[in-house]
Amino acid sequence: MATFHFDLVSPEKLAFSGEVDQVDIPGLEGDFGVLAGHAPVVAAVRPGILTITAGGAHQKMVVLGGLAEVSDNRLTVLADVATSIQEVDRAQFSETIAEMEENLKEKEGSELDHEIERLDHFKSIEHILNATAMH
Amino acid sequence: MASLKDMRVRIASTKATQKITKAMQMVAASKLRRAQTAAEAARPYADKMGAVIGNIASAAAGSPGAPALLAGTGKDQVHLLLVCTGERGLCGAFNSAIVRLAREHALSLLGQGKEVKFFCVGRKGYEQLRRLFERQIVEHIDLRAVRQLGFVNAEDIAKKVLARFDAGEFDVCTLFYSQFKSVIAQIPTAQQVIPLVVETPAGNGGAATAYEYEPEEDEILTRLLPRNLAVQVFRALLENNASFYGAQMSAMDNATRNAGEMIRKQTLVYNRTRQAMITKELIEIISGAEAV
Repeated sequence: MATFHFDLVSPEKLAFSGEVDQVDIPGLEGDFGVLAGHAPVVAAVRPGILTITAGGAHQKMVVLGGLAEVSDNRLTVLADVATSIQEVDRAQFSETIAEMEENLKEKEGSELDHEIERLDHFKSIEHILNATAMH
Repeated sequence: MASLKDMRVRIASTKATQKITKAMQMVAASKLRRAQTAAEAARPYADKMGAVIGNIASAAAGSPGAPALLAGTGKDQVHLLLVCTGERGLCGAFNSAIVRLAREHALSLLGQGKEVKFFCVGRKGYEQLRRLFERQIVEHIDLRAVRQLGFVNAEDIAKKVLARFDAGEFDVCTLFYSQFKSVIAQIPTAQQVIPLVVETPAGNGGAATAYEYEPEEDEILTRLLPRNLAVQVFRALLENNASFYGAQMSAMDNATRNAGEMIRKQTLVYNRTRQAMITKELIEIISGAEAV
């Protein structure tokens, strides 16, 4: 299977770099998968789970928003935060969610909508996290 | 003339100072390594971000609907100087070099009849700028309590700058920091961040790849530009941090060497004086014995 180069970078580190078969990205307007030879695209990324498939193995990463860019048979994801799913601190994550719910009360108008949307994304990540924890 | 005991005390105190500067040098060296790795780890993100923005912005810059962060407010009357310096001294000319650059920039702007405002990050720059521009400093952030620089710190600063920009408090924002070249070379740098100066993507002959955008181009741009500011600030902070330890390391290395030189000189004088006293005493004894 044809492979392509994938970089997952966050401001603090290069979280992943290498040849991969497929990457599934949680796009702002819906999930999409990238295979080798994908058309050039720039897409916003919502907080969610990003799946990297390389050599038959899957690796899941939690990304908290960012931007994906495909060009010249390479994919770059600029993530605000990128952590591998094993390394995510679940307790801290739920704490963040609780904090966001708390802050929600002070927001209004379009900002409120925006925050609610973001909270939903976070909650769905938490759901997946808890689902994987049970296995 | 100082007695032998006084001299011994002086030598001992110089030695103690040398030990301190030596320790500081070694601490700076180990911290420098960490700061340097952090700065290098942040580089790919900043570079990629720059490339993506360059691609989108060069397409969007001409359009009338371009966001103000990219196109500017149409004026350049009020300038905000975002000056990032260290929190501590004992690092040679590191802080003063940044402040000097910012000050010269400010004075030349004032000379052109523009208005200047300061946003200080770091205690040292604030203290130095306060002497000259007390009233122009609109905000001051202290990062002394921060142990490990994180992206959140940069985001905080960027948010404050953006709030002021949205309130129409300034038209142009320039970032001042020290670029880390090597342990002995840190270059104070001025970088205009608002409106963004887009570097045309080099290498691909000008014709940027035709991208599909999801969501629309301008929506991505409005998300990206504030983020880019935070990224630039973050990079500046990290570069600054690495530069600071580099400067401190070489300053402390100098101090250690000077202390060594001083100890050598003082020991020489001490030994000479001691020898002179011994000779004097011998002469006294001998001449006393001869007189008998």
